Amino acid sequence: MAEQTTEEPGIRIEGLGKRYGRGDTAVDALRQVNMSVAPGEVVGLIGPSGSGKTTLLKCLGAIIEPTAGTMTLGGEVIYDNGWRINDLRALRRDRIGFVFQAPYLIPFLNVTDNIALLPMLAGQPNREARRRARELLDALDVGHRALAMPSQLSGGEQQRVAIARGLVNRPPVILADEPTAPLDSERALAVIRILNDMARQFETAIIVVTHDEKIIPTFRRIYHIRDGITYEEQGEGRDLH
Amino acid sequence: MISLAGRDILHAWGKFLFTGIGLGLLIGVTLTMAGVYRGMVDDAHVLLDNSGADLWVVQQDTLGPYAESSSLYDDVYRSIRGMDGVARAANVTYLTMQVRRTGGLAQRDVRAMVVGIAPDGPGHPGWPGFLVAGRHLTRGHYEAVADVASGFSLGDQLQIRRNLFTVVGLTRRMVSSGGDPMVFIPLKDAQEAQFLKDNDAIVRQRARTAANPALNRPNVPGLLDAVLAAQTTNPSVNAVLVQLNPGVDAEAVAEPIRRWKRFTVYTRAQMQEILIAKLIATSARQIAMFLVILAIVSAAVVAFIIYTLTLGKIREIAVLKLIGTRNRTIAAMILKQSVALGAIGFIVGKIAATFWAPVFPKYVLLVPGDALRGFVAVMVICVVASLVAIRAALKVDPAEAIGG
Repeated sequence: MAEQTTEEPGIRIEGLGKRYGRGDTAVDALRQVNMSVAPGEVVGLIGPSGSGKTTLLKCLGAIIEPTAGTMTLGGEVIYDNGWRINDLRALRRDRIGFVFQAPYLIPFLNVTDNIALLPMLAGQPNREARRRARELLDALDVGHRALAMPSQLSGGEQQRVAIARGLVNRPPVILADEPTAPLDSERALAVIRILNDMARQFETAIIVVTHDEKIIPTFRRIYHIRDGITYEEQGEGRDLH
Repeated sequence: MISLAGRDILHAWGKFLFTGIGLGLLIGVTLTMAGVYRGMVDDAHVLLDNSGADLWVVQQDTLGPYAESSSLYDDVYRSIRGMDGVARAANVTYLTMQVRRTGGLAQRDVRAMVVGIAPDGPGHPGWPGFLVAGRHLTRGHYEAVADVASGFSLGDQLQIRRNLFTVVGLTRRMVSSGGDPMVFIPLKDAQEAQFLKDNDAIVRQRARTAANPALNRPNVPGLLDAVLAAQTTNPSVNAVLVQLNPGVDAEAVAEPIRRWKRFTVYTRAQMQEILIAKLIATSARQIAMFLVILAIVSAAVVAFIIYTLTLGKIREIAVLKLIGTRNRTIAAMILKQSVALGAIGFIVGKIAATFWAPVFPKYVLLVPGDALRGFVAVMVICVVASLVAIRAALKVDPAEAIGG
């Protein structure tokens, strides 16, 4: 059973490590990762290629298993030198939202069903799942495209739908992997603005992995990762409105 | 829950439809092959039914008259007709040959089974059971009744060996075990067609006989003429068809004919065994091989198509897995698509087979049972064929959605 803590919800990572291989050939992709993101906060995660960003994202997303440290999600310890959760699939579905570099919407589902699929997978009735999807689409200002197919949307609209999908199960944390990479400055800033708004509105902690110089000044806090070690610094927190 | 398979099919309906049509044509060929076999079996049954016989009396130790040549004297039927339990007995000859339509119409050769029937009248063994046009044979010579599948019409002139025959009647579903249409002509003409040599051969035979001192003795007048007359008469038929009185045990009549008259006699069950188990056995095995190959090809096609479609969705499958979709949901999506493809293919195949079966030169009998078995086989093939794609999908790492 997962161990409940008294800490605030969001995500907290302490001493997280990930080692590939054994013995002389072992590689430490993550050595000492410490992060804490409060509900409603958006932080940046920046680092050069090979620094361990993707490995960290996979650990946070419960896709691969770390080899050391602890992770607390929404007040619940999910990893402490071993998973404390039996059903990682349900963990990903219900408590972690994902926003990818490309929207990766399911091409054969319309916009509403792309979003509603997650709650449906969690066992929610179709009608209720679609109602929540419509609410999110309205909140993200793409409600008028609810019945469109992904191929009929612009790049910015697709990314908003992807954000809505990440939010639909009200997860305590969203992992955004370079969500603005394919967008121009204006649209990139719009996406970050939406992420900030949604984080506040839904009390969600959002970690944005990025290389994008355009959006880095918008973060209040930034985690740099280098050789598998994170360093925290204050960001400019430029006003998005 | 949304039907992912259904949505994917609707989204790419053109791809599924055209793939289904392609697969359907393959399934149609498979169903037709099964229909060809059924048609052969049905032709065999029809041949036996139409003969009107309960017993076939043939030359000793032969499988005649359909599977092997058989020859017996044309007076044998008299002694059989007098036996207890026998209602009717009639001579018959069968000869498969090219029958030529002559006269005013375009000349045309048709492969047909020429049946020589004794002049007993309709209802007797060997006679066609019913006509669809014209009348039965009434004259002793040079009239014919043809199966409509031959393409002949009333009034057509047919050349069989050296004689011309006029088509006076048309019948239907009177075919040989090989599916060739039958042409009924008077027995005497059929005997001549089957056994009489051509004029040149007769002249040469007469010369050879006359040159033989044992047959052309100067002090035995009339011997040579008697020998020549014997050589040019046609006292043989291929079989005697026997109809029994109602309730008579066929074996009880067959046994004394075998024992005392020294002929081979087949009951209906035995003749059916000869036709189906022996005569068309090789063809049946040939068709079975085709069916096996077509089933393998169909499975390979379905497997390839479903595998390709699945590979085209690897990123989406990775996303689905990342956001928490169960493996069984993904497997069910692929399985349903495969089964749907099979269902589309089967419907197309069944319709195609139904439309093109009548165009085939031989009888193609599409049996509902075969269609049902075919449907089950297609579903099984589709399920098996989807396993490769399902395996590929389940091996997809959800991390592929993130990259890196």
